[in-house]
Amino acid sequence: MKILVCITKTPETTAKIAFTDGNKEFNKDGVQYIMNPYDEWYALVRALELKEANGGTVTVLNVGDSSNDIIIRKGLALGADDAVRIDTDALSAYQTAAQISAYASDKSYDLIFLGKESIDYNGSEVGGLLAEMLSLPYVSYVSHLEVSGGVSTVSRDIEGGVEVSEVSGPFVLSAAKGLAEQRIANMKGIMMSKRKPLTVVPPADVENPVEVVSYTLPEGKSGVKMIAPDDMQELVRLLHEEAKVI
Amino acid sequence: MDTSTDKTEILNGAEFLIKESTLQDTFTPEDFSEEQIMIQETVQEFNKAEVFSNTAKIEKQENNIAATLLEKFGELGLLGTHMPEEYGGMDMDFNTNTIIGEAVGPSGSFSVAYNAHTGIGMLPILYFGTDTQKEKYLPKLITGEFKASYCLTEPSSGSDALSAKASAVLSDDGQHYILNGQKMWITNAGFADIFTVFAQVDGDKFTGFIVERGLEGLSFGEEEAKLGIKGSSTRMVFMENVKVPVENLLGEIGKGHHIAFNVLNTGRFKLGASVLGGSKMATEVSIAYANERQQFKTPISKFGAIQHKIAEMGVQNFLSESALYRTSHFINEKIKDLKAKGESYSGAKLKAAEEYALECSIIKILGSEVLDYCVDEGVQIHGGMGYSEEGVIARAYRDSRINRIFEGTNEINRMVIINTLLKKAMKGQLDIVTPALAVQSELQSQTTDTRIFDEPYGRQKQSVANFKKVLLMILGSAAKLAMEGKLDLKKEQELLMNMADIVIDIFSVESAIIRAGKIKNEKTEKVNTEIYADMINLLTYEASHKIYKNALDAMASFVSENDQEDYIKGFRIFTKYPIQNVKKLRRNIAEVMIGEGAYCF
Repeated sequence: MKILVCITKTPETTAKIAFTDGNKEFNKDGVQYIMNPYDEWYALVRALELKEANGGTVTVLNVGDSSNDIIIRKGLALGADDAVRIDTDALSAYQTAAQISAYASDKSYDLIFLGKESIDYNGSEVGGLLAEMLSLPYVSYVSHLEVSGGVSTVSRDIEGGVEVSEVSGPFVLSAAKGLAEQRIANMKGIMMSKRKPLTVVPPADVENPVEVVSYTLPEGKSGVKMIAPDDMQELVRLLHEEAKVI
Repeated sequence: MDTSTDKTEILNGAEFLIKESTLQDTFTPEDFSEEQIMIQETVQEFNKAEVFSNTAKIEKQENNIAATLLEKFGELGLLGTHMPEEYGGMDMDFNTNTIIGEAVGPSGSFSVAYNAHTGIGMLPILYFGTDTQKEKYLPKLITGEFKASYCLTEPSSGSDALSAKASAVLSDDGQHYILNGQKMWITNAGFADIFTVFAQVDGDKFTGFIVERGLEGLSFGEEEAKLGIKGSSTRMVFMENVKVPVENLLGEIGKGHHIAFNVLNTGRFKLGASVLGGSKMATEVSIAYANERQQFKTPISKFGAIQHKIAEMGVQNFLSESALYRTSHFINEKIKDLKAKGESYSGAKLKAAEEYALECSIIKILGSEVLDYCVDEGVQIHGGMGYSEEGVIARAYRDSRINRIFEGTNEINRMVIINTLLKKAMKGQLDIVTPALAVQSELQSQTTDTRIFDEPYGRQKQSVANFKKVLLMILGSAAKLAMEGKLDLKKEQELLMNMADIVIDIFSVESAIIRAGKIKNEKTEKVNTEIYADMINLLTYEASHKIYKNALDAMASFVSENDQEDYIKGFRIFTKYPIQNVKKLRRNIAEVMIGEGAYCF
């Protein structure tokens, strides 16, 4: 099997979120990055499991500059065979999908994995766009995947239940929790990772039609108000006048 | 894997006291390579996935969970990063192993099991084992199939380890040593497969043996009820006519002290790395609480008294961290140097750690006392919540205390510092006489060297150079009196403690200055160098006062009142440092840490 896993970086979960340039840009100063957990724990690990069971190759792909190399090396340390970095900033879901599509269109991947969303912008858009651009089927939020004889059996969590589908031939899927279990890179993997190929390819000529106009941070949580157990009137007043829920 | 910079000259053990260090003469967290960061992340991920989520089980020692965790650590290749490839190890350099040691630190009891296994457990076999012993035990210790333990302490011999009573007698057929005796406070005893046991052959030849679990006559006490590190297995080990095959003799008969003391050098260093991981975690947890907790409608992190504590945690961690990685660099370079000169793999490691025995003791003392400060003030910041077992900080407080006791108490280690210094001087390895005489003539000529070093933090480097003169004044006088038979240093432990404290301050502040200088020279846009300047100012200023007080106390203990004037004058000149607005400095430092929510230097 020839598998492509698209990985992205996201701010580490405790990073301070702030914006610059008139609230149009995320302030990257001092921010530590990690591999997007949906890409790493579920997409990449399931891809590796399929390779281990059926043979084949796993390639990790990232759209970004050289500061992303440490994230990519982690993908290699976890067991991917090689890596590709498309050397341009990821500006929007459309532009990112178009870059991946331009690279992947003539590579005949059997499966293309992504995480169901990145934990920073939570767009869940790249997978669908990519599948469309490559004229491939797309299954989102996959929590179980088995592949046998060119047919993939795919489970996805839906509201109140599970949907099971069969997909013939190559397709794009986005990985949700449950698809695999987190792996921790071992020492051999880390030492091997620097010997594995990381190919940097120039970006395709792709326009970015989407521009963020502004970001707004959610309002801070208000403090907890303690009300004496016997002061029911005050509770009702606060719920009515301040919380405005009754 | 080699992570060091190109250079040939490196300070030998204790030479920092008489020579200057260059900015390149260290390794710092800013120098970590991509692989080292990935390795660090692997350990951090392991802590999150396997340790932090199992804290309750670990604390109760459910199902020997520490042993299971060691096996999982072994699966990741993390038990053999310091071991040769021929036995299945990864042969990573010393610096990388320091990074791993620090990353394991926040895992509490697990870090104790890890350190006992990979340090004092495995190292005796690596350093002193025969090829057959290495082939038999190291591969299984590296995978985690076997766990190791180190049995030195006895009910009546702790710090005085060589007075052990356990005995070993060669059997009549010459095939076995018959071991009898008991060992106490043995870490990992509940599950270890291999025990390095020290016993007296023929009553007075202190000797090491490899004892396997399952031998007849080997039994164990109940788990000790301890103040902290409750998840670490600690038991007594009883030996009643245990027949240990002669091929399990470790090293030479009567040379057990070589094993015991040399292994402890590395053990102390590893402990220093581990406690740094712990003190950074205690700092992070405390800042998070201070930011969250509101009193008088204000987060308590906005109050000056709390900011003082947070800033102190920051600068003390910076001291400990800078000293740790500088020592790591020394040992790393020395190992390479010795290997290049034809020394064997284990010989190079052993001799390098021995060379820096003094620095290893500093790292152990400094790290464990910084951790104690951080957990103590951490509990204070948490207020009532700090006293509750619900939070992390209460356990950290209890767990911390042992670090000043084991691997040689901090008092023993302070004596090691001065004894090592004097031994090196006596052997001619360290010339303290020439610089001591220079200090004397400098004072007599009344033309004090006031030039400022032409490099980043030159003013502070100048101060550290002067602090060294204070030490030389006391050490020189005390050593002279000792040689003349007028002062028995063995009976002057208070003096040794004072001198050791001065040495620790010199080494740690100098390490911090070198690191900050390096950061300033190689600064990137993102680095706020002003905050490092604040830290260095604060540290040097504080050290000048501590050193002055320690010098006075030391001197007054053996110099008659009539002869004290010259000393006091010298101490004043050499510890002079401009008065600082420490409140402002600490507030600046705290503000950065509170904003980042962690130790962030």
